[in-house]
Amino acid sequence: MKKRWICLFVENEIGVLASITGLFSGKSYNLDSLTVGTTEDNTISRMTIGLTSDDKTFEQIKKQLNRSVEVIKVVDYTDMPIHMKEILFIKINNCSNDDKTEIFRIAQIFPISVIDYDFTSALLECTQTESKNNALIIFLKKKFLNRLEIVRGGSVAIETIGISEK
Amino acid sequence: MEITGAELFIKALKEENVDVLFAYPGGQAIDLFNALYGEKDIEVVLPRHEQGLVHAADGYARSTGKVGVCLVTSGPGATNLVTGVATANYDGVPLVCFTGQVPTNLIGNDAFQEVDIVGITKSISKYAVTVRKREDLAETIKKAFYIAKTGKPGVVVVDFPKDIQREYGGDLYPAEVNIRGYKPNASVHIGQIKKALETLNDAKKPVFLIGGGVNIANANDEMTKLAELTGIPVITTIMGKGAIPTTHKLYVGNIGIHGSYAANSAISNCDVLFSIGTRFNDRITGKIEEFAQNATIIHIDIDTASISRNIAVDIPIVGDAKNAICALIEKAVPLNITEWTEQIDLWKKYYPINMTHTGMTPQMIIQSINKIFDNAIITTDVGQNQLWATQFLDLDKNRKMLTSGGLGTMGYGFPAAIGAKIGNPKKDVIAISGDGGMQMNIQEMATAVVYELPIIICILNNGYLGNVRQWQEMFFNKRYSNTCMRYRKSCSIDCNTPNKCCPEYTPDFIKLAESYGAKGIRVTKAEDIENALMDARHNMKVPIVIEFIIDREINVMPIVPPGNPLNDIILESEENKG
Repeated sequence: MKKRWICLFVENEIGVLASITGLFSGKSYNLDSLTVGTTEDNTISRMTIGLTSDDKTFEQIKKQLNRSVEVIKVVDYTDMPIHMKEILFIKINNCSNDDKTEIFRIAQIFPISVIDYDFTSALLECTQTESKNNALIIFLKKKFLNRLEIVRGGSVAIETIGISEK
Repeated sequence: MEITGAELFIKALKEENVDVLFAYPGGQAIDLFNALYGEKDIEVVLPRHEQGLVHAADGYARSTGKVGVCLVTSGPGATNLVTGVATANYDGVPLVCFTGQVPTNLIGNDAFQEVDIVGITKSISKYAVTVRKREDLAETIKKAFYIAKTGKPGVVVVDFPKDIQREYGGDLYPAEVNIRGYKPNASVHIGQIKKALETLNDAKKPVFLIGGGVNIANANDEMTKLAELTGIPVITTIMGKGAIPTTHKLYVGNIGIHGSYAANSAISNCDVLFSIGTRFNDRITGKIEEFAQNATIIHIDIDTASISRNIAVDIPIVGDAKNAICALIEKAVPLNITEWTEQIDLWKKYYPINMTHTGMTPQMIIQSINKIFDNAIITTDVGQNQLWATQFLDLDKNRKMLTSGGLGTMGYGFPAAIGAKIGNPKKDVIAISGDGGMQMNIQEMATAVVYELPIIICILNNGYLGNVRQWQEMFFNKRYSNTCMRYRKSCSIDCNTPNKCCPEYTPDFIKLAESYGAKGIRVTKAEDIENALMDARHNMKVPIVIEFIIDREINVMPIVPPGNPLNDIILESEENKG
């Protein structure tokens, strides 16, 4: 089993997202995350899909996606040089003054911005890779047990500029 | 010129050369039916149930090679298509199914007879789409036909809201369509073909394994030529049967859990398995780890997703079966494999599929069909009747079989025969069914009668859902749970054998046929089989039911028990020994 990334270009039409997720659920493929948005061409949407699978299943997944009429292109990002980021918001509630000091200290070390704030809570924004976000969440959960509210955007990825010259 | 969506629909059908439309009206399709009224170029066939309708369109498409076209209303009309959509799509049958839909402003409103048929059929069709704007209509229909018939053929569902049927707009129908996400593979990789032939030339024990893809690609002549040229024995799946004439000396038989001993043994012992147009379904592989375990596997398929899914393939070739076979013929050479072919011939000789049971057997019935009908389309239902048909029917260029191989849909055979007869009025059309499956779409007897279709319906009546009963007998200690079709509430709960308390007919198929205006003949003795079939053949006006009362507990043999490798096969059951 291995973590994989797929960049998927699809028709920007009603029901396409349902087709893609339906394919994953119908065939029992494991789907970790999926983001979707329109591209520079507003008839095309681009998805970044994260999943975990063995080699054989992954080959099937790519083939199955490719044969969908709505899918324009499938690119395997797993072992490609890419830039990939995920946005993460973390709200920390019931903060004491010490907690708030600690939060600002954390924000100096990690790539976190404190974007909102009041007497007892703080809202953090963090944009980094999914696995680094995972690590941050584990850390903050331990530190501020049962006081977190988390929302994550899912990863978006794009090839590095260098790759086009290869 | 501005025309309504409904008028454009008719125009599109004509441009696509649709001459038969299988259609059932309803509130959200009424404008389309209004446009069809008095239309001379399109024959509208009105079945009695939408499931019968879609199977008829399927039978029409499989037997003619044209796209089958369905038109039904929204809601229940659409959902009644579902089984038939899955059936056809599974077997690569080109259908375009139009479903009426509530007006666009009511979609999502839980309106009367509204269902999300696109959502329902997405996973069982090749493509499903709702027409959302009148200006998209022409292109959507063009796309639907193009997708249905190209690549691996399949079903396209077009959901057609009522307001778009009524709305005025352009009258142009495009001559072609370009879909950026859909580019069916037109060529074959010559390098891979060469590699395949090199492997073949070194083979000592090669076999061809042919699936439905060869029949769909209409490559039967080419396949026969390739087999004769190389001298390699040909084994088929159920869907591939008839790829070369079954009486051909190179034809070995069907593979699979009810395949012949020779075919299963040849697959298990071959050194090169050259497969074309099959997806290695679990019913043909048996225990997958031991399937052709010493063989180099070559696989040609139009669908990339069928390659290396169930069986790891050494030489994959993506392409249309006909193109690939033609490319192979150009460079193939005769092989020196006499020792191997003699071995297979010995297996064939010593382990034929033969019913030794006394009395009237399905084998006798099906072989009589072989004898009497040399230019025929034979449809089967699903279950024992189907398996016997696939074992004993002789197929060639003039005698074809239509069967629900992938989905295994009971109730398929009879309505499919209706569609086949409409598409092939000059051919004899025979539906082989069981008493269970026949009752699933019996209402289509009315359709066959009103369209004056002299179809011959052979019901192999054993009063059981025989295939499941056979499994209950062999693997579940004869616990006949809900498989007896003659069960009465007053029967003993632990009854596991037919006895004198069993009611004679449930239903009386002869009276039932007569009530529709069809004819019925009941055959109980072997010596009456041929006379009944001859009578039926001479009848040219109405459908005719021949009910064969067969032994109640006759089994399909041989059988590979679940979980066993292909060559670990039970040849004869206790019951069949008679």
